[in-house]
Amino acid sequence: MNDCLKVVKSNKQKKYCLLLTQIIIVILIFGLWELLTYYHLIDSFLISSPSRIIKKLILYIENGEIIKHIAISVLEVLLGMAIGTLAGIFIASLLWFSKRLAKICDPFLMVLNALPKTALAPIMIIWAGTGVKGIVVVALSILLIITIISTYNYMINIEEEKIKMMKSFNASRLQIYFKLVLPSNYINIINIVKINIGMAWIGVIVGEFLVSRAGIGYLIMYGGQVFDMDLVMMGVFVLAILAFVMWKIVDSLEKLIKKKLT
Amino acid sequence: MDVLEFDNVSMLYCKDGNKLLVLDDINFKIEEGELVAIVGPSGCGKTTILNLISKLIEPSEGDITINGNIGYMFQHDHLLNFRNVYHNILLGLEIKKSHKDQKLLSEVDRLIDKYGLKQFINSFPKELSGGMRQRVALIRTLAVNPNILLLDEPFAALDYQTKITVSNDIYRIIKEEKKTAILVTHDISEAISMADRIIVLSNRPASIKAIHKIELTCDGIKTPYEARKAKEFRNYYDLIWRELQNE
Repeated sequence: MNDCLKVVKSNKQKKYCLLLTQIIIVILIFGLWELLTYYHLIDSFLISSPSRIIKKLILYIENGEIIKHIAISVLEVLLGMAIGTLAGIFIASLLWFSKRLAKICDPFLMVLNALPKTALAPIMIIWAGTGVKGIVVVALSILLIITIISTYNYMINIEEEKIKMMKSFNASRLQIYFKLVLPSNYINIINIVKINIGMAWIGVIVGEFLVSRAGIGYLIMYGGQVFDMDLVMMGVFVLAILAFVMWKIVDSLEKLIKKKLT
Repeated sequence: MDVLEFDNVSMLYCKDGNKLLVLDDINFKIEEGELVAIVGPSGCGKTTILNLISKLIEPSEGDITINGNIGYMFQHDHLLNFRNVYHNILLGLEIKKSHKDQKLLSEVDRLIDKYGLKQFINSFPKELSGGMRQRVALIRTLAVNPNILLLDEPFAALDYQTKITVSNDIYRIIKEEKKTAILVTHDISEAISMADRIIVLSNRPASIKAIHKIELTCDGIKTPYEARKAKEFRNYYDLIWRELQNE
């Protein structure tokens, strides 16, 4: 029993030690950055500084602007991610149900996957219109194809013997899908959602660079145009925090499902 | 009464323009309550026979007559990791949409209780030993109340000691539940220790080389472990060994 407690304690200590190291690295980077700009060893006009970023952030919090920009970007990311993931899973499921359809679609999916989707962003915006709709479509175009390909690959990699076991009970294809294929891939789907967070943010920022009037991408773009590097860096900082928070939520969800399922 | 009959059954696989004859004119009958083992060289088509019986594939020639329902147990348990033991056992009933039938559910409860799974019903497969997992797989198969059980090398993935323990266990369940069973195995000892009859297949294309009725003198109740101690065991082993060696 004592040995068990020791192991648990030692694991906890390792975890805290790791977290402490990570915090120290962040403090060192920001501290060094602040010092270098304070003593004018690097130009704070060009790369800003942590204190200037914080000042800018406080200003944007006080005037309520930041909430508006965060809300717009998060809404676009969530919409792009949700629609892209659901549509991707749905299309991958259709491909799983029909081998013929999968064979027909295979070369198209490969070409679309190889294509740099950001290059299509201006066309997407012309087709879908400006505003939230256009930006969500850009995010969708970035994550949809890879979601279809990944989900389909997970689905076809279910052990043949398990499918045979289901068939031995006279299971229909629909029953095999709902009782075996889909539940076996819950964890994989959560992993896809995790990857899609990053993909959706790329799409949303690219879209906001091109057409938006609000959002974190707009703030970064606007800051760059007026040479306000504090604003640009604040945008990047907020973006990093938002992406981390979203990733952490999905990660916790994954742990919860893993705990329940495995 | 015969529950299963193979009448001049042949199986020809065609893939990419190539033809492969796997089974050639197979004829046999199995009576109710019998445990018949099928042995043969690797890749001769033993599993194909089970796939034909369970109608996963259709024969190229000949007729298969089946009187009853089929239950299939595989080499690996194929328990679903995201379902607990109870829901794994109910899988077949759910597929057959009979999982709300109180009569069948109470039969499942009886099997769970009788074969020592009650305390594990909320456990997940990863928490069970290899032998226990196979027992769950067998109860899952029995839950749909089949008269004919197909056992496709169900002990092949287990270590030797567990193999003997689990085969004792499964033999007892099959006999107590009065099921007809067909055991496919490449292990001659396993076949002799469990079967009432053994069908020996030739190399591919497989035909029936011999059928042996197994009569062993055991002390007390026959179990696969006790059967291995019977004096006739060695003779059957040598006979079947020679038949397979000549292939």
